Amino acid sequence: MSVAEIPLAARELMVQVQKRLSGFGKGDTSLQLDVQFKITAGFNILFGASGAGKTTVLDCIAGLQEPDSGRIVVGDTVFFDSEKGTELAARSRNIGYLFQTLALFPHMTVRQNIEYGLSSLGPGERDGRTNEIAESFAISGLFDRRPSHISGGERQRVALARALVTRPRALLLDEPLTALDALTKTRILDDLRRWNDRHAVPILYVTHQREEVYALGNRVLVLEAGKVIADGTPHEVLSRPQFESVAQLAGFENIVECSVVASHSEQGTMTCRIAGTEVSLEVPLSRVDTARPVRVGIRAGDILVATSLPQGLSARNVIAGSVVSLRRQDVTVIAEIDCGTKFVVHLTPGACDSLRLKVGTKLWLVVKTYSCHILQ
Amino acid sequence: MILEALFLTLRLAILVSVILMAIGLPLGYWLSSSRWRGKFLVEAIVSLPIVLPPTVLGFYVLVAIGPLSPVGRWYHSMTGGSLAFTFRGLVLGSVIYSLPFAVQPIAAGFASVDRKLIDASATLGASRWRTFWRIVFPLGFPGVLTGFVLSFAHTLGEFGVVLMIGGNIPGATQTVSILIYDQVQSLNYALANRIALVLLLLCFALLTLLYGLRRRSKWVLWGWQ
Repeated sequence: MSVAEIPLAARELMVQVQKRLSGFGKGDTSLQLDVQFKITAGFNILFGASGAGKTTVLDCIAGLQEPDSGRIVVGDTVFFDSEKGTELAARSRNIGYLFQTLALFPHMTVRQNIEYGLSSLGPGERDGRTNEIAESFAISGLFDRRPSHISGGERQRVALARALVTRPRALLLDEPLTALDALTKTRILDDLRRWNDRHAVPILYVTHQREEVYALGNRVLVLEAGKVIADGTPHEVLSRPQFESVAQLAGFENIVECSVVASHSEQGTMTCRIAGTEVSLEVPLSRVDTARPVRVGIRAGDILVATSLPQGLSARNVIAGSVVSLRRQDVTVIAEIDCGTKFVVHLTPGACDSLRLKVGTKLWLVVKTYSCHILQ
Repeated sequence: MILEALFLTLRLAILVSVILMAIGLPLGYWLSSSRWRGKFLVEAIVSLPIVLPPTVLGFYVLVAIGPLSPVGRWYHSMTGGSLAFTFRGLVLGSVIYSLPFAVQPIAAGFASVDRKLIDASATLGASRWRTFWRIVFPLGFPGVLTGFVLSFAHTLGEFGVVLMIGGNIPGATQTVSILIYDQVQSLNYALANRIALVLLLLCFALLTLLYGLRRRSKWVLWGWQ
């Protein structure tokens, strides 16, 4: 059956899970996992800090942990339903699960690892599928090696191939690429994308790295303390002010909407104007649709403050403004600066004192081009 | 006389080790993977023979298989014979006596297998049976080997249980260690010395083999390391 013939509903993953998590946090603070979402074919990111319950969600879907109550359905197959007492065994769910540790079988060769999930097939079909998947993940040359004798990136590919060769109905990826360098990571993701163009299964991709959210996300679900607190495209989720914890997770205290006014491809930069102001920002060149507004994220700790107009700077963005508020939190002073749009700046208390900052002080913000991150 | 006792001892040790593998593999797997609350009770019972004096264990087994007990009566109705003071009775007693020496290393070997590998096997569609033979057994094999050798060696050298259950019947229940005791009792030190030396060398050779295999394990047993 080709992808086009499978009805969309058959590729849906519906999760509604309640489970008390023990062993997380300190003391008697046990966490109540209570999530409900539905995902369709393509990359869906489950984003959150460690201990938020991400892996537990995946384990419940795969059948490795049992929810206290809820319902899990893939397509028209009920995996779990606490009301009807349905629970399908993990081995019958046909879910591809890429573990954080990969869990390659150390005593088997690469070929044996990949073939492990194909024991119900005849030898002809088994070989065919194994060779096909190995080719598309560029690991055919490693067939006779053991997992301990191949590189980290190769191990990731083998683990991915092992999970995909069974043609799973859904794919669960638990921070699979955290340990890899950017180039290797991109290549593996490209291969995975190509595979899913053909098979179109729902992919639930767990990560706590914000770069991956931007690189992959059709959709991101933010999990915090066992609850989904935000759900949408990465930009929707990260720009909505009511989700302060989201912005914190994402690491960008400042997210401004800009329009691109000029591209300087020879310098590798673009000039953007912050919406509703005359303030322009020089940001790194990126392949975005320049006709549409872009969002630029700047971390509060990446912004310098000067009380007189700085001269002879390498930083390209110098923005005039004034202090709106100053608030001390632990060893950080959080300053709110109005430059036509408001910026949040983190300072040390010492810097704040020596600059004699107070509400109303006129100053200049200095931002390096590479401290401006295009989010779109 | 020496050879007869030696062969009887070897036959006993091999039989007991094989039976213990049949018991120890499933029991060890269960102990290593079960989350049942009452598991500690089973662990305590399995370990009991380590601390119990062999005579106490032997005494209870003797009473349990005696002609007056339910087990003894049942066995008599099935076979027309008795387990007490026979080779079969000896096998039964030795299995109980050496049980922890098989089960504990096996359970430890299985418990050392990464839980995620077992999970991965399940998500790849493997049954518990297949997971056991393809993943848990090969990766926990060092523990299985240790369990086999220890239960073999432990059975070779046992004395108290054998004496209580089997007595001292040449050709039926007289093992090497009983024979040595018998010779010393009759002040035949030269013969006792020869037999003791045979047992010492045998046990030494066995343990040398075990540890040698473990040292060479990189090539012989666990080629992936």
